[in-house]
Amino acid sequence: MLARTADNLFWVSRYLERADFLARLIEASRRISALPIAYTAARDEWKSVLMASGADETFFDHFDIADEANVTAFLAFDERNPSSIRNCIEFGRANARAVRTALTTEMWEGINSAWLELKKFETAHREAGRIDREDLIGFLEYVKTTSSLYDGSGYRSMLRNDAYYFSRLGVYVERADNTARVLDVKYHVLLPEQETVGGSVDYFQWSAILRSVSALTAYHWVYRESIKPWNVADLLILRPEMPRSLISCYDNIVRFLDALAAQYGRQGASQRHARNIKRRLEGASTGEIFQSGLHEFVDEFVNENNRLGAEITEQYLIG
Amino acid sequence: MTFQKAIEPMTSPCFDEMNGGESVSPSAPRALYDRVARWLENSPPGLLDSRRQQAEMLFRRIGITFAVYGDKEAAERLIPFDIIPRLLGQDEWRRLEAGLIQRVKALNMFLTDVYGAQEIIRAGVVPADLVLRNPAYRPEMQGHRVPHDIWTHIAGIDVIRVDDRDFYALEDNCRTPSGVSYMLENREMMIRLAPDLFADHRVLPVENYPDALLASLRSVAPPHCPGDPNIVVLTPGQFNSAFYEHSFLADKLGVELVEGRDLAVRDDVVYMRTTEGLKRVDVIYRRVDDDFLDPLAFRPDSVLGAAGLMGAYLAGNVTLANAVGAGVADDKAVYTYMPEIIRFYLDEEPKLRNVTTWRCREPDALNYVLDHLSELVVKEVNGSGGYGMLVGPHASKEQIEAFRHKLKAAPEGFIAQPTLSLSTCPTSFPGGVAPRHVDLRPFVLSGAGGVRIVPGGLTRVALKEGSLVVNSSQGGGTKDTWILETDAATR
Repeated sequence: MLARTADNLFWVSRYLERADFLARLIEASRRISALPIAYTAARDEWKSVLMASGADETFFDHFDIADEANVTAFLAFDERNPSSIRNCIEFGRANARAVRTALTTEMWEGINSAWLELKKFETAHREAGRIDREDLIGFLEYVKTTSSLYDGSGYRSMLRNDAYYFSRLGVYVERADNTARVLDVKYHVLLPEQETVGGSVDYFQWSAILRSVSALTAYHWVYRESIKPWNVADLLILRPEMPRSLISCYDNIVRFLDALAAQYGRQGASQRHARNIKRRLEGASTGEIFQSGLHEFVDEFVNENNRLGAEITEQYLIG
Repeated sequence: MTFQKAIEPMTSPCFDEMNGGESVSPSAPRALYDRVARWLENSPPGLLDSRRQQAEMLFRRIGITFAVYGDKEAAERLIPFDIIPRLLGQDEWRRLEAGLIQRVKALNMFLTDVYGAQEIIRAGVVPADLVLRNPAYRPEMQGHRVPHDIWTHIAGIDVIRVDDRDFYALEDNCRTPSGVSYMLENREMMIRLAPDLFADHRVLPVENYPDALLASLRSVAPPHCPGDPNIVVLTPGQFNSAFYEHSFLADKLGVELVEGRDLAVRDDVVYMRTTEGLKRVDVIYRRVDDDFLDPLAFRPDSVLGAAGLMGAYLAGNVTLANAVGAGVADDKAVYTYMPEIIRFYLDEEPKLRNVTTWRCREPDALNYVLDHLSELVVKEVNGSGGYGMLVGPHASKEQIEAFRHKLKAAPEGFIAQPTLSLSTCPTSFPGGVAPRHVDLRPFVLSGAGGVRIVPGGLTRVALKEGSLVVNSSQGGGTKDTWILETDAATR
C-alpha cells in the first residue's frame, strides 16, 4: 500500500486514541479537584493533568493560571493546543479524509460524524461565549463514544491486511504512551513509602489514575482488595489481561508488527525493537521496578516507545 | 465541485419533461411520467421537504461535499439534491446512446489525426490555426501514438433537449469531466429515500460504472506492461473541489488514490512510494490538468504532478487517461465543426444535433450575426463559465452596440448561437414543486473494446426560477436520471 496511506491510518488511530485518553483524564481530574482539600493534600491537580497530556509547555504560553476552567478549555477545545481534543478530531478527520479509500464506510462515517458534531459544539460555544460543565460532560462522553465507534467498526469491518495492522499499531503505540505518561506524572503517589495505615490521602489519587485509563473496575476484578499503589503499578505495567497496560500494548504491537513482516516477507528494526521491549516487560516484576526506581523505569519506557514510533515511520511510512 | 457552464436563456414556452409540449397542466403528464405524477399527487405535504432534509443529512455524513475556494466558513458544501427523478424512455435512451457513441468515436479519431497525419486539416475541413494555435494543443504530443488510439477515455458530453424528439450536444468534455460520483450516489439516495417510487419503475442500473471504467483503463495499459497493470487515480489532493469524487472512484475501482508526491520517476518509469518501497505504475487515471502534470514539461511551479512523468509517458511506459492534449477537441471553436468531423471520419450523418452555430470568422456568418444581435447568444471562442458573452434578448441597446464593436474588431474570436429553450423538469422546493431547466451529462467510456455508456448520467438542474445556469457554484443542483426498460410512450 501507499506509504502515505499507511502513515495516515497510523495517525488517525493515534489521534482518536489520544482524544479518548484526554477525555478520561479530564473527567478523572474533575473528580479529584472537586474533593475537599484535606483529601487531596492540596496537590496541584490541574498542572499535573497538563503534564500528563504533554501540553504543559504550550499551555503557559497562553495562560498564567492552571485552573479547571483554563486547563479544560485548553485540553478540550483550544485550537492553539496541537493535542487538544478538538484538534485530534480535526486532524484525525483530515487524515481520514485523505485516505478514505483505505477506511471502511463505517469508520469514515464514525469519524466524519464526530467532526460534524464538533462543529456544532463549537458553533454553540461561540454563540454562548462560554463552556459550561454540563456541555463539557456531554462532549467528553461523546468523544469516548467516537473513539470506541472508530475502533470497533475498524475491528468489525476492516480486511485483515497491512491497512488494518497499521491502524492497530497506531492505537497501541499511542495507548502505551498515554498509560506511561499518567504513571510518569503520578509516580510519586505510587511509591511505597507514601502509604500510611488506615486510608491514605493518596487513595483518591490512585483511583483517579485508574479512572484515567478506565481501569477502576478492572482493578477490583483482578485484585479483589482495596486500592494499593503497588497493585496499581502492577496493573498498568505488567498485567497482560489489562488492555491498557504497557505489556498488553506491547503484546499487540509485536503481534501486528509480526503480521506486517509476514505479509511483506521481511523483518526490520521495528520488529526487533518491539520484541526487545516486550521481553523486558515480561521479565520485570513490581518489586524490581520499585527497587530500581519507578520514575526511571517509566521514563525509559516513554523514550523507548517513542523510538519505536520513529522506527515504524522510517521502515514503512516514508516510502 | 464546480460544473462550469452557462446556458443561454430560454425563450418561453418550453418543453417540460413531465408534462410535455407547452403544457404546464399537471392533469396531462406524458405516459413516461405517469407514476411520478401520481406519486407527487399522493405525497402528503411536507414529505418532499423531509426527504430533502434526510438526503442532505446523508450526503453530509458520507462526506459528499465539494470545496469552495476561499470560503472558510462553508469550506465544504453540498450540491443540492432533488428527489424528483428525471426519466427517459428506453427508445429515447437508445437514440441518445447511439449519438454519443458516434460522437465520442469521432472525437478520438479527430485527436488521433490531429496529433498524427493531420488529414482533416489538409482536406480543409477544419482550419489549421483552430487546432495548432489552440491553447489546449500540446506540441509535445505531435507524432505520438497512444494505446489503441484512445485519447479521451472518459468523456462527459453535455446534452439538452428542447422537445421530445431531438437531443442536442451542447458541450464536449474530453479532459477530466467530473460528476460521475453524483450519478452513482444519487441513485443510492433514491433507493433509500423513495423506495416505493423506485420499485414502481424498472430502472436500468448504473452501479456497474466502476467496473466498466476499470475494464477500459486496463485495456489501455502500455503494450509492454508486464502482467496485471497497476492502475492508480491521481488527485491534486484533498483541497481540490472534486476530491470526494477522486477518492470515491479509487475506492470503487479498488486502486490506490495517489498524489503527485506519492509518485517517483526513475529511468522513464513511473513508480509509487509504498510501505514496501517503490512499485511500478502502468495506468494513471489522472484528475490533474495537463498544465500541472509534470513541472519539467509544463508549469515549473506545479507541485501537483511528478517530475519526469511526461518523459515516461512519451516513452510509452505509462498510460495517462485522459491523454495529454485531449482538450484540443473540446473547445467552442472545434465544437462548431463536430458535424463535419463526424462526416469526415465516419462517413455518417451526426445522430446528435449540434446547436446551430455561426462562426463569425466566416464573412457571411458575421453579417448574419451583426444583423440579428438582439436574438442571439454570442460567445468568445476561448471564454468559459459565461464570461465575455452577449445574451441578445436580455441585453440593453448600449450593450449590444458595445458588443458590435468588439465583434467587428476581432470576428474570429467569436461564435453565435440561437437562444434555446431548454427543457424543464418538476423540481421540489420548500413548500412546493415547480418546473426548472435541466441538462444531462452522460459519461462515455472508451477502451480497446470500443465505446461504452452506462445507461444514465448526471442531470443538473438550475434551481432558481427562470435560470438556465446549472453551475453548482451558482445554485445548480442534481437529480437522479432514470432510464426505464420501457419506451417513453408506454404507460
